[in-house]
Amino acid sequence: MSEPIIQMKNIEKHFGSVIALAGVSVDVFGGECHCLLGDNGAGKSTFIKTMSGVHKPTAGEIFFEGQPMSFADPRDAIAAGIATVHQHLAMIPLMSVSRNFFMGNEPVKSVGPLKFFDHDYANRVTMEEMRKMGINLRGPDQAVGTLSGGERQTVAIARAVHFGAKVLILDEPTSALGVRQTSNVLATIDKVRKQGIGVVFITHNVRHAMAVGDRFTVLNRGKTLGTAMKGEIEHEELQDMMAGGQELAQLEGSLGGTV
Amino acid sequence: MTDSPNQPAAVDERIKERSPLREALIRPELGGIMGTAIVFVLFLLFASDSGMFNSQGILNWSQVSAQFMIIAVGACLLMIAGEFDLSVGSMIGFCGMMIAIFSVTMGWPVWLAIIVTFALCIAIGALNGFIVIRTGLPSFIVTLAFLFILRGFTIYLPQTLERKTIIGGVKDAAEGDWLAAIFGGKILTGLFQWMGDAGIIATFERGSNIGKPVVDGLPMLIVWAIVLIIFGHILLTRTKFGNWIFASGGDAEAARNSGVPVNRVKILMFMFTAFCACVFATCQVMEFGSAGADRGLLKEFEAIIAVVIGGALLTGGYGSVIGAALGALIFGVVQQGLFFAGVESSLFRVFLGVILLFAVILNTYIRRIITGER
Repeated sequence: MSEPIIQMKNIEKHFGSVIALAGVSVDVFGGECHCLLGDNGAGKSTFIKTMSGVHKPTAGEIFFEGQPMSFADPRDAIAAGIATVHQHLAMIPLMSVSRNFFMGNEPVKSVGPLKFFDHDYANRVTMEEMRKMGINLRGPDQAVGTLSGGERQTVAIARAVHFGAKVLILDEPTSALGVRQTSNVLATIDKVRKQGIGVVFITHNVRHAMAVGDRFTVLNRGKTLGTAMKGEIEHEELQDMMAGGQELAQLEGSLGGTV
Repeated sequence: MTDSPNQPAAVDERIKERSPLREALIRPELGGIMGTAIVFVLFLLFASDSGMFNSQGILNWSQVSAQFMIIAVGACLLMIAGEFDLSVGSMIGFCGMMIAIFSVTMGWPVWLAIIVTFALCIAIGALNGFIVIRTGLPSFIVTLAFLFILRGFTIYLPQTLERKTIIGGVKDAAEGDWLAAIFGGKILTGLFQWMGDAGIIATFERGSNIGKPVVDGLPMLIVWAIVLIIFGHILLTRTKFGNWIFASGGDAEAARNSGVPVNRVKILMFMFTAFCACVFATCQVMEFGSAGADRGLLKEFEAIIAVVIGGALLTGGYGSVIGAALGALIFGVVQQGLFFAGVESSLFRVFLGVILLFAVILNTYIRRIITGER
């Protein structure tokens, strides 16, 4: 592998007296799926928000394609090619798929001095991209509210890819999904990775991470516990690292290894 | 994927076929369209011989409807952007009063009075929006405060300056003013004269105006209503900004994550609502020639009702300007039609309540079908 697309070095983020991140380092290469694991409150959300330009790090450096970077706001990060697909907040259910698809990136067609939303283009592209991802829409004007949770995530991922994302951050895309929908999303991640895009997959489900991940980084209480390659680490080890070891080991004993 | 884009997509067995008729009916404006049809059929049946559908009658209810439409367009776009403005009625009173104070009490030229008042009111609209965005309070509360603040000033200022609550004499001041004519004038007078001559519309049969049509032109109020509806509709459905309006109201957080400048959209919509209230107020002041401290009372609710009849969702993110305009038309036609039909005017409210209820029930049903809400 050559140079990482994005490299985060010793990122710290303090909110008042709370230290949310205490020196986290992660790098993402093109064409890999980098899983970021951690329990609730580990700092996953804060970390990806720093990566996507929502928060400014208190300390630490961000290199994007080798250049030091500082994003003023999410639009900057999006323009650079860092796209985030949020857990629940990816789509607006009341709006049509094509309106959602182009939200914030509306294609315009000029008529004289006036600029209009180019619905024909938007509709055509939306249908095409959805077909590529294996979703059959009734029409581009179908409301997102009529899609299932997995389909919504897929629309959001397709949207990010279409708009030239180099790094795709997925914030717990599978946490609220059923088995089949989860496998659809994981398949989508695989398709995206094969296009050379770096995927950051945030989850607390080790099983989902193991299914598609190339590398795994575990966050715990605002710190990285190291990064491991696929095949170097076992399911149980990841689980233990996330939970901080002790309690879960005891629990696991009493639950008969079902966690 | 081996599908070429030209090939029809594989048929999904879980997508049910829908008839074209059903497709055509399923739109946000359906409640408004049906309400309008019902209202017109009722009045054609019961009030057709009352003069409601001759030229003066049509002018009468169109003018009242146009008033509702002007404020409904603003309220509609703001509601779709996810916010309310309860200060519209007070803004109308305040705007009219400021024009009268500037032009009559202070003796400014009317065009200057109108421009300064518009700037002032739109700035207040922006302040409304700014407070809502900054504090994160519901716009319901913030604009409720401005409902009282503006109404208070509207009563206090003329009392202090002129010792009365109605300032007259705007008509004399506005004589020959170029900007006043844009709000109080009439267009197409030639066409109306021709229609009078041709016997299509009624003309005066005696008196000094003999031969002239009773309705001598299209009031600018109606022109403003039509222009604002077309502007609002195109803005909402055919532009990038329109998509941002839907997105801001549908889910502000998701819209922000996608790079939509939600705060700017919302503040601009508050300003646009204030602009619409100003257009309403200026037309009214130019028509009556005076400004009163009680003008515009309860208009905010009438605007919101028109918008809701028109299919917009109270929580934002869904609606139609055409629907809101139809809602306003229903409002105007019913209010004036009951008068023509000789029905006790207090029944207006009963009728309105019933229409509101039915339109909203119908709209909720349609929306569920479109959006897959359960």
